[in-house]
Amino acid sequence: MLTKRIIPCLDIKEGRTVKGINFKNLVDAGDPVELASYYSDQGADELVFLDISATAEKRKTFAALVRKIAQKINIPFTVGGGIASVAEARTLLLAGADKISINSAAIRNPTLIKELSEAFGGQCVVVAIDAKKVDDTWRVYSVGGAKPTSLNLFTWAKEVVKLGAGEILFTSMDNDGTKQGFANKALLQLSKTVNVPIIASGGAGEIAHFTETFRTSGADAALAASVFHFNQITIPQLKKELHTQGIAIRKTP
Amino acid sequence: MSQQVVIIDYGAGNIQSVQFALERLGVKAQLTSDATQIAKADKVIFPGVGHATPALKALQEKGLDTLIPTLTQPVLGICLGMQLMCNYLEENNANGLGIFSVDVRKFLATQKVPHMGWNKIDNAQGALFKEAPSDAYLYFVHSYFANIGESTIAETNYGIPFSAALQKANFYGCQFHPEKSGDAGEQILRNFLTINLITINH
Repeated sequence: MLTKRIIPCLDIKEGRTVKGINFKNLVDAGDPVELASYYSDQGADELVFLDISATAEKRKTFAALVRKIAQKINIPFTVGGGIASVAEARTLLLAGADKISINSAAIRNPTLIKELSEAFGGQCVVVAIDAKKVDDTWRVYSVGGAKPTSLNLFTWAKEVVKLGAGEILFTSMDNDGTKQGFANKALLQLSKTVNVPIIASGGAGEIAHFTETFRTSGADAALAASVFHFNQITIPQLKKELHTQGIAIRKTP
Repeated sequence: MSQQVVIIDYGAGNIQSVQFALERLGVKAQLTSDATQIAKADKVIFPGVGHATPALKALQEKGLDTLIPTLTQPVLGICLGMQLMCNYLEENNANGLGIFSVDVRKFLATQKVPHMGWNKIDNAQGALFKEAPSDAYLYFVHSYFANIGESTIAETNYGIPFSAALQKANFYGCQFHPEKSGDAGEQILRNFLTINLITINH
């Protein structure tokens, strides 16, 4: 049976992990390669790296980093952050990334999804969507949630899948940072709207939130950052509990 | 004795990951599309992700579609590589290399497509799965699948059972990505590297 995936997300700036990631047993938690390796050993099913460097020059650092990560870890990983062309995507895929995630660039230029899917196959094209509820409709935001668009979450999701996206990473801005659980109702509706895997993001605060989203929302994977980075939830502990709760999960040492 | 391992480089992506995985096992594999070099290698890895149509075209342009079925050393097709080694490909309504006599079909829309993530294999048999834990989870990402046939050496279920791995004589294929399947995947790659023809001929 296909198992639900647990995905830690790492923000990268100028080749280093951002935020005060705090692990006693890591020599350098700011080193993305070391942290990736740590999460992989812990039983993460996949990793996401988001490059939040501002300039193209700094993104070169990112490609070099992607290569180092691919050399080191033996689980799949997705990279994203400012990818706006087939050429940029190619550089990162050739460096060893398995999937690329696009967000604002897809909103600006939806054809990019089609181009990427045709060039590399839809299986490596993840479209990330940030949305929040405005007057009872789920409104899509771009530029890291800063700019409202006229798009509705569900119609946009349908559109990106039609253009060739192989997976959707949906972040509920209403839930993000609240630690009150994932946006399960919206996730369920998304699952009924499109036929590609969906990653739930935003709101993870405790183990029960993961159990709940996998039970009720149709999500195929759950992504979180701070609960893992600050050791509030460890992956072995999370997976053990999910397994006990009857959720299909990859058992790891 | 060190052996010569080549990864067929025909522009179908993902080769870097396979090369890195082999490096982690201490093997320096060569990327090549050169027929002579491929023919004389001890082990051949035939990777691939993406669409079948451009991949088949690239193989044909390099004359690899006729070379691969004639190879006599252990050959491992991964994901799209494995699918291309099958009979018929529904994706482009074309014939594959015809090594494994099974057809490749698209998953029905009753399941989310692609089949993406970690899934279990059943009925795994043969040298490829030696010492791999019987309840191993492996990483899959594909929208098309190979039917079960006489060459099936491992099965996986995603709505329907399909071939997770195939073998016919010196030809091996796996639908999952051993290079991305954690320790279990590493063991499978290690197994492939230690297969020798004496084992096969038995």
